[in-house]
Amino acid sequence: MTSSAFTDHLGRPIVAVTGMGVVTSLGQGLKDNWAALTSGTSGIRRITRFPTDGLSTRISGMIDFIDIPAPNAVERSYAFARETTEEALAQAGLSGEFGGPLFLAAPPIEPEWSARFDLADRAGPSEKPNDAYDRFLAVLRERADPVFHEAALFGAISERLADRFGTRGLPVTLSTACASGATAIQLGVEAIRQGRATRALTVATDGSVSAEALIRFSLLSALSTQNDPPEKASKPFSKDRDGFVIAEGAATLVLESLEAAVARGATVLGIIKGCGEKADHFHRTRSSPDGGPAIATIRAALEDAGLSEAGIGYINAHGTSTPENDKMEYNSMRAVFGEALSSIPVSSNKSMIGHTLTAAGAVEAVFSLQTMLTGTLPPTINYVNPDPAIDLDVVPNVKRDAQVSAVLSNSFGFGGQNASLVMTAEPA
Amino acid sequence: MKRSDQDVVITGVGIVTCLGVGKEAHVAALTGAEAPQPRIEAEKFAPYPVHPLPEIDWSQQIAKKGDQRQMENWQRLGVFAAGLALDDSGFKDNAEAVGSMDMIVAAGGGERDVAVDSLIVDEGLKRNDREQLLNEKLTTELRPTLFLAQLSNLMAGNISIVHKVTGSSRTFMGEEGAGISAVETAFARIKAGQSTHTLVGGAFSAERIDILLLIEAIQGHSRGGWKPFWSRDPADGGGMMLGSVGAFLMLESRAHAQARGAKIYAVIDAIEGDRGSRDEGRLEARLGRLLEGAKALPADETVVFSGSTGFHDLAAREKATLDTAVPGVPVRAYGGLSGHGVEAQFPLGLAFAALALGEQAKVPPFDPAHEAPAAKPARHAIVTTVGHVRGEGVALLSADA
Repeated sequence: MTSSAFTDHLGRPIVAVTGMGVVTSLGQGLKDNWAALTSGTSGIRRITRFPTDGLSTRISGMIDFIDIPAPNAVERSYAFARETTEEALAQAGLSGEFGGPLFLAAPPIEPEWSARFDLADRAGPSEKPNDAYDRFLAVLRERADPVFHEAALFGAISERLADRFGTRGLPVTLSTACASGATAIQLGVEAIRQGRATRALTVATDGSVSAEALIRFSLLSALSTQNDPPEKASKPFSKDRDGFVIAEGAATLVLESLEAAVARGATVLGIIKGCGEKADHFHRTRSSPDGGPAIATIRAALEDAGLSEAGIGYINAHGTSTPENDKMEYNSMRAVFGEALSSIPVSSNKSMIGHTLTAAGAVEAVFSLQTMLTGTLPPTINYVNPDPAIDLDVVPNVKRDAQVSAVLSNSFGFGGQNASLVMTAEPA
Repeated sequence: MKRSDQDVVITGVGIVTCLGVGKEAHVAALTGAEAPQPRIEAEKFAPYPVHPLPEIDWSQQIAKKGDQRQMENWQRLGVFAAGLALDDSGFKDNAEAVGSMDMIVAAGGGERDVAVDSLIVDEGLKRNDREQLLNEKLTTELRPTLFLAQLSNLMAGNISIVHKVTGSSRTFMGEEGAGISAVETAFARIKAGQSTHTLVGGAFSAERIDILLLIEAIQGHSRGGWKPFWSRDPADGGGMMLGSVGAFLMLESRAHAQARGAKIYAVIDAIEGDRGSRDEGRLEARLGRLLEGAKALPADETVVFSGSTGFHDLAAREKATLDTAVPGVPVRAYGGLSGHGVEAQFPLGLAFAALALGEQAKVPPFDPAHEAPAAKPARHAIVTTVGHVRGEGVALLSADA
C-alpha cells in the first residue's frame, strides 16, 4: 500500500476508530445499548435518586446501575468513563499502557450538598447572616478534608483515567457544554493530524445529575415537564415538544491513525473524516435566529471531510426536543442541504436516551458509527404529532435498514458552542 | 533559532493583576530597579490575605451594562482581559479577524450564592428532610441567570458575545493544568497549520469565600500578612496566597503576524505539560525532562518565571530542580506579586515573559532576599507551573529581535 492510502484529501493522516464503549440509561455496553436503541426503547424514568416533590420536572435518564464508592458527580462520572474505556480498549485489542494522549469531556463540578451539610454539622452555629462559609472555613482550619478538596477538582477524573489506562502527557479536560463530546473527539483528531500522536483516547462522561443541576436547567425553562409517562417526554421534532430530558451517559472512542491501526492489524470500525466548529455570539443560551453559526459548523465539517452535501447518507441530529433547538437545527440543515434534505434520514437518539449533556457528542458519535456498521438507522421515537414547520424524515418510531457510508452528527450547546462531525465507513 | 513561518509568536497581551490593569503597570514592574510592593486585601477574608483586583472600569472592555450584569467577577475579568489582548494585538473590532479567531479558555467554575447556601444549610440544621428542603429553597431562591454565571464554558461564551471571537471556542478545565493545556494546544495547532491566530488565556477570582474554602480543605493558605514569596513561614499555613488575575495572549503564526505587520513580543519555542506521581523524586525527574530544552540557554540572558503555588514542599522541590537544570538562571516567582491564579497561572506567566522579552527587561528580584539579580536584559524566558495537586508545565520563550 502506498502512503497516500493513509492520508486524506489534504495530505493529513486519516483518523480511524478502532474501539468504542458506551453507557446510557439504556444500559451498559454497545451491544445492549444498540439493541435497545434500535427497538425504540426509552431509558427515561421517574427520578428516584432524590425526592422530586415540588419540582416541575421529575424524570430523567439517570444511570444508577454502576457501582460507585460515594454518591458524587466525580465518582459517578469517573466510573462511567472507566467502564466505557475498558470496553473500547477491549474492542480495539489494546491492553497495558495506552501510550497516547487523553482528551476528556467532563461536567463542571462543585461540592455536593451532602458535603456542605456535613460541614455545617461539624461547624458551630450561625453568628451572623450568610456566614455558612466562614463556619466551614473554621472547621477546615481545625482539620483538613482532602476528600472534600479532591471531590471538587475538575482535574480529578482525568487524573484517575490517566493513571488507570497509562495515557501519555497532560490530559485535557474540556467543556464546550452540550458539544463537549464532539470537541473531545475533535481534539483527538487534531493531535493525530499534527503528528503528535498515532493514537488518542477520547472520552466523554456525565454523571452530574443532581437536584441542583436539574433545578438550574428547570429555571431556564430548558427541561420537559411532560412527566407522565416518562418515556414519552422526549419527542424531538414533534409539535408538542417542550424541552429536553436531562440524562447521564458516557462514551469512549479509541482513535488511531489509519496507518498505525492497519500496521497492528486492528479492525477499523469507521473513520472520523471531518470536524467543524463555529462559535455563536448571539446569546448565552439561544442560537442566532438565522442559524448562521450552526450552518457554518456543518459546512466546516463537510469541508474538513472533503465531502459534498450529497455524500451524507444519514444525520444523527442534536435533536434535543427543545422548541428552539429543533427548529434552528432543522433550518440550518435545510440551508446546507437544500431540497435534498427531504431524502436524508435524520434521527435523534435523544428521543430514547435523553440529553446526556457533556457526553452527548461522543455517545452519539458511537451510535453514528454503529449505524454504518450495522446498516440500521435508529428511530426517533415519540414522533406522533409532527411539527409541520419541520419537514424531515426522522425515521419515525421504528428503525430502518439502510446502508449508509457517511454520517453527519451535530452538537450545539449553551455559550454559543457548535460542533459537527463527519464519519465515514471507509477511508476513501 | 531559525525563523519559520510556522513559529508561534505572541502579538498581544491582556493582563490584570493587583498591580494594575493592562501592560503598562506590569512592564513598569518588570523593568524597575525594584519590584513593586503588591497590593493585599487582608481584612475581608481574614485570616486569609488575597491579592485583590485593581480598580477596574469594566466599561472599557465590556461596553454594555447588560452584558456586565450577566456575569460575576470571574467571567467579567476574563472577558476584560481578553479584550485587552485583542486591543493590544490590533484585532479589536476587526470583524473578519475575530470572526475567524480560535479561542481556548482555561476556566474553573463560577461563584456560589453565599446567601442562598447559608440559608439552606442553616435551615438544614433544623430539619431532617434535607433533600426536600433543597428542592424548596433552590427552586425559589436560585437566580436563573446565576447558573450561566457559574458555567465554566460561559467565560468563553461571553467573550464571543462581547468581543465577537467566533472562529472556535473551547474551554479547558482542571485547575493549573487547564492553563497549561490551553497554551500547549494552541501552540500545537498553530505549529501544525490548524490555526493562524488563537486567543488563549484564563482568569481567576480570588475574592470568593467558596474558592478559599477549597484551598483551606487542604490547609493550603498562607495566613496573616503578606510576605515575599520565598519568605513565607510554614508556621503561617500552607504558603499559597490566591490572587485575582486575568491573563490572555494572542498567539499567531509568524506568517500571519508578519503579513499584518504586527508587533511581536516573543516567540514560543517549546511548551509541554505532563503529570504523574510526585513521589520519590518523580516530580523532579519529570520537571527535569520538561526543562531539558532550557539547558542550552545562556544563563545570563535567561529568566525563569516560576508559577509556583507557594506550597512549601512543592516550591522547594521546583526551586531545587531549577537550580540543577538551569543553574545561574535567576528565578522570579511571580505569584509573589500577583497571587496564585490557578487556571490562569500559566497563561499569566507567559504574559509576564512576553512583556519582559518585548522590553528586553532586566527583571528585578520579586523577593530580593531569595532571588538573584539579573546580569543582563532577558532574551530568553522559562515559564513553569507546578499545579497545587497535579500537572506540570514548562514553556520556553525567546525575544524575536
